[in-house]
Parts: sequence; structure tokens; C-alpha cells
Amino acid sequence: MADVAIERPGHVAHQFDDAEQQVSSATLGMWVFLLTEIMFFGGLFGAYTIYRSLYPGAFASTSHYMDPYLGATNTAVLICSSLTMAMAVRSAQIGKQKALIWFLIFTMIFGVAFLGIKGIEYHQHWVDHKVPGFGFEYNEEPNYFHNAQILFCFYFFMTGFHALHMVVGLILMTTLLVMAVRGRFGPAYFTPVEIGGLYWHFVDIVWIFLFPLLYLIGHTHVK
Amino acid sequence: MSNNIKELEHPSEHVEHHVMPVRTYVLVWLALMIGTVSTYLIAEYVDMGSGNIIVALIIAFTKMSLVVYFFMHVKFNDSLTRLFVAGGFFWLLILIVITLADYQSRGWLPMNSPWHK
Repeated sequence: MADVAIERPGHVAHQFDDAEQQVSSATLGMWVFLLTEIMFFGGLFGAYTIYRSLYPGAFASTSHYMDPYLGATNTAVLICSSLTMAMAVRSAQIGKQKALIWFLIFTMIFGVAFLGIKGIEYHQHWVDHKVPGFGFEYNEEPNYFHNAQILFCFYFFMTGFHALHMVVGLILMTTLLVMAVRGRFGPAYFTPVEIGGLYWHFVDIVWIFLFPLLYLIGHTHVK
Repeated sequence: MSNNIKELEHPSEHVEHHVMPVRTYVLVWLALMIGTVSTYLIAEYVDMGSGNIIVALIIAFTKMSLVVYFFMHVKFNDSLTRLFVAGGFFWLLILIVITLADYQSRGWLPMNSPWHK
């Protein structure tokens, strides 16, 4: 009776047969959560698509106020953070404690850099009076005054929710970092790093779509 | 030998880890960076009319697939997790396609019912 309990490593909760089943359950659970996130952002992308098909001219016109250079830079920053995150998981898998800690720190630095660049962009929109509801001005093309606000609403909601997810991701990374410093992860147990990584990569994917859809519409055509 | 004994003593501690080589991660990263730069350059300097958005979305879907398959380890997940992932994206497809089908087809049929007059 007792020997059954002895064979179980300490990190396997009692409801699981073995560590492998526990990892599978955690991965599946995280993916189910991410699917709800996909549907959440999917609704925003769907609404965006409808309004863009209704007002293509206004959307192309307003897109000129997004800085594609900063947008591309932020995409690159997030892709680099995804690489360091993947490397963090790999370091945990092969039991390299120091590498894990450093890759988590690099991931956080990239995450903070992303939010910083985003902040610069938001500030520029504020200075340009391009925030709907706060003294919005669109003197360049007065015909688009109302429809331009729709795109800016989508822009602020979609990038805002994305930035919120980045903040949550940074909180997760901080937690993982503390756990890693305390030596909680190793080849036998690194599930939190793995599913934290899933979340981080998901947030990266959302931005991969936000970048062309918000920053790059109508830069060469519909001028 | 000593490994075998250890496994026998702690059978549940042995989990199959699929450690991807660093090379794979770096190549995926490189592909993602190339995708980002080409998205930017095509949007700025190549005019394909409505073809621009299609090219941009094809690149975005390719980048997403790379991240999901390699960085998110769907390559190594069990079939149940893969089914969930595929099901989720299929549901998203339903959301977008059917909603757009509705909006795009509005006005195709004459509306003679009293509440449309």
C-alpha cells in the first residue's frame, strides 16, 4: 500500500496516474483557455473586418496615422521575446537553471520594450488629437470624421487589450522568475514554464495579425 | 545501466521530453523576422491593390503556424490537444465566415416584406 505512494514524485498531484498525464492535462487545460482567448480576439477581428469592408476609404485614410516603422519594430521585439521564451522552456527541460533565469529576464525586457514603444505611439495619438471621445480632430479629411473614429476605436480596443495581455504576461513571467530563482524547475517538472510560454506565444500571435491589419492598410493603394 | 535502475525505481518520474535543437528555434525566429520585414516592405512599396491584404494575411497565417507548431510545441502534443487546437481555429473560421457571408450578401435579394419598406 505504501509503496504505491513512494513511487510518486512529489510534484505529481494525487488525481493523476503519473507525471506524463499531469503534463498532458495542464497543456490541454491551457489550450482550452487560449481557445477562449482566440474567440475573444476573434470577435474583435470579425467586427473589424465588417467595418473595414463597410468603410474602406476611411480605414485606409486613418491608417496613415499609425507608424508602420514602430509597428514593425514592435513585431520584431515580440518575435525576439518568443524566441527567448522558447529557449527558457528548453533550458528548463534540460535542467539549465541559470540559462532559464536569464532567458526569462530577456523575455521580460523585450516585453517591457514592447509596452514602452506602444506607450510612445499612444502618446503621439494623444498629441495628434486622434483619441475618440477626447477632443478628436480629423481636419485632414472632414468627410471621414465619424468613420475614422471607428477605426481608432478598434485600434485602441484591440491594441489596448493586447497590451493588457502583455501586462498579465509580465506578471506571469515575474512569478516564473521567482520560482526559477528558488530552483523549483528541472527536467522532471517545468509545467508552469511550458504553459506560461504558451500564453506568451499566444499574445505574440495576436500581434502578428494586429500589425498588418492596423498599421499597413492603404499605404500604397486607396490614396 | 544505472539509468535503467533509476527508471525502474521511479517509473512515473520518467517523462518523454521532446527537446528541440537550438538550431530549429533560431531558424523559426529567422523565418518570423523575414516574414515581418517582407510584410512591411510589401505594404510600403508594392502595390497589388486588394492583393496586398491577401499577401499580408498569408504571411501572418504562415507566421502563426510556425509559432503554434514549433514554439508552442503542438508538434509534440498528444492528439487530443491537437484536436482541441484545430477545433478552436475551425470555430473562429465559422465566426468570421458566416458573419461576413451575412454582411456581404445583404441586398442581394429583393426585400419585399412589410418591415423592410
